[in-house]
Amino acid sequence: MATLEIRDLHVSVEAEKGPREILRGVDLTVKQGETHAIMGPNGSGKSTLAYSLAGHPKYTVTGGTVTLDGEDVLAMSVDERARAGVFLAMQYPVEVPGVSVSNFLRTAATAIRGEAPKLRTWVKEVKEAMAALQMDPAFAERNVNEGFSGGEKKRHEILQLELLKPRIAILDETDSGLDVDALRIVSEGINRVREGGEVGTLLVTHYTRILRYIKPDYVHVFANGRIVESGGAELADKLEDEGYEAYVKGGASE
Amino acid sequence: MADVQNTTGSTTAGSIEVGTAGAGAQLAGPGTGRSAVASQPVDARVEAVASYDVADFPVPTGREENWRFTPLHRLRGLHDGTAEADGGVRVEVSAPAGVTQETVDRSDARVGRAGKPVDRIAAQAFSAFEKASVVSVPKETVLSEPIRISVHGEGGTAYGHQVIELGAFAEAVVVIEHTGDAVLGANVEYLVGDGAKLTVVSVQDWDATAVHAAQHTALVGRDASFKSVVVTFGGDLVRLHPRVVYGAPGGEAELYGLYFADAGQHLEHRLFIDHDTPHCRSNVAYKGALQGEESHAVWIGDVLIRAEAEGTDTYELNRNLVLTDGARVDSVPNLEIETGEIVGAGHASATGRFDDEQLFYLQARGIPADEARRLVVRGFFAELVQQIGLPDVQEKLLEKIDAELEATLA
Repeated sequence: MATLEIRDLHVSVEAEKGPREILRGVDLTVKQGETHAIMGPNGSGKSTLAYSLAGHPKYTVTGGTVTLDGEDVLAMSVDERARAGVFLAMQYPVEVPGVSVSNFLRTAATAIRGEAPKLRTWVKEVKEAMAALQMDPAFAERNVNEGFSGGEKKRHEILQLELLKPRIAILDETDSGLDVDALRIVSEGINRVREGGEVGTLLVTHYTRILRYIKPDYVHVFANGRIVESGGAELADKLEDEGYEAYVKGGASE
Repeated sequence: MADVQNTTGSTTAGSIEVGTAGAGAQLAGPGTGRSAVASQPVDARVEAVASYDVADFPVPTGREENWRFTPLHRLRGLHDGTAEADGGVRVEVSAPAGVTQETVDRSDARVGRAGKPVDRIAAQAFSAFEKASVVSVPKETVLSEPIRISVHGEGGTAYGHQVIELGAFAEAVVVIEHTGDAVLGANVEYLVGDGAKLTVVSVQDWDATAVHAAQHTALVGRDASFKSVVVTFGGDLVRLHPRVVYGAPGGEAELYGLYFADAGQHLEHRLFIDHDTPHCRSNVAYKGALQGEESHAVWIGDVLIRAEAEGTDTYELNRNLVLTDGARVDSVPNLEIETGEIVGAGHASATGRFDDEQLFYLQARGIPADEARRLVVRGFFAELVQQIGLPDVQEKLLEKIDAELEATLA
């Protein structure tokens, strides 16, 4: 059973006046089959947590540990983390000019699975996953994220989630910039993956809106670089009513 | 840090849209290289020496505008008359039925018809070649198979002259491949008849010690279409000078280029489009990647729109992707406009480092760094290849790019 354990994680970024600490001791355990929502105001560090777990070079871990089934995630390169089963759906997916979606997906699947998927079943698999996300088949021949609308980019991220079948899925503000229809389609995609029971999900979001479609087992409030309160799904209702005011007072994020 | 004239991350761009009469006063703009005053002295290009005789060109010193980026000491004497031909370069032409091949003297009317040599090496090549090769596609002949010309160096020094002639309404694809080791000075002329369509793919895939300097001049006939794809991967020093002139209105030229400069390589492409005729179009897009110490790419894109060339539409683009420290790029687009009665004119040049965010994105999907790098560079080139519009040529080119990247980005 896959378990991601984050212990006392401290992360800094280089800023003009030297390193600035963004994460100040994060503790969190995500187990296979569980869904955790990380909620917090802008600048609280929740995206930093997502990118740090994936290994983005901009972030420097200055303390703490992250393990996946006891393996030291922080010692792994970005691609090793992905192959170990960590997936980050990005808030701002990057354009890769000249690389088609189909080529990209197959290259990624080959890397993750350790062997090239059999062409025939692969084509079918991609086709079905795209249809489920209501994506036009012509999409596969476009260049990765190039000229994609906000909604198309997010569907493309979730398409990868469905095809790459990670053990830990980190979804960084996947709901931002989506209209209601797109949010529903994307959420259904996430739910299909969750229902498999194989994935632990870390849902990073600013708004409670997506939680109407994706029911979390746990909700954590993130403020000033750490988790300040944890609870069940009902905590999201409280946030919906009261906002983040109570958490940022006094300890305003930088 | 890569040493680039167009500093890494920098971009320049200019564009001018002129559609109405009397718009001449608005001609100044980014990249035009001149102010709004129309009576300025013409650019050096217009008055530059052009001659068949090598004696008309002084031996370059390296301080001339034409030569300032080129490491003269690596030209193996092509520029100063000391490189003597010894015949160690083998040229083979294979052409489908209907195509004629001749070997002619320099007195033949087709030799030199597209234009005179414009630098010392091209003139040296013209003065030194023994026989010119002329490949002709008769009028209205549409070839279904490409004409293939293999230029293979066997360690020798040679001067060559090649003419490719398409009669009116003929259509052909010509693939020229340069391989092996050689010191080669050459002129290639493309005579594109009225309404004809010529696509030329020139691949420079030399051994690491080869030196190649050549002028490619296309004379584009009435309503004719000339498409050039220049692919430069191998060689110690490659300096190509693709030029386009128009013989009559309605001509169209598309010039695409790809280059990959590895450690120590000097790859130079100096383009000149001479819009001397009304209602002609040109589109230039060159993309290059560089890696390793002392890898050097030079791209010069000169476009001149003469006073008589009303209705001209032109655009030129150069992109460079710097993969490692120690590389150098000089990218200089020049646009000179002498009439306001044009459809459009613009250019863009950008030199950037490898995008770490792209690398992160691909790695975050499990793709190892090396493979991710290869994918991004392949994509960078593929984006240009996709524009060529000839599926067979595109497929072959991508295979060639894959092989090059396999060898250099392993």
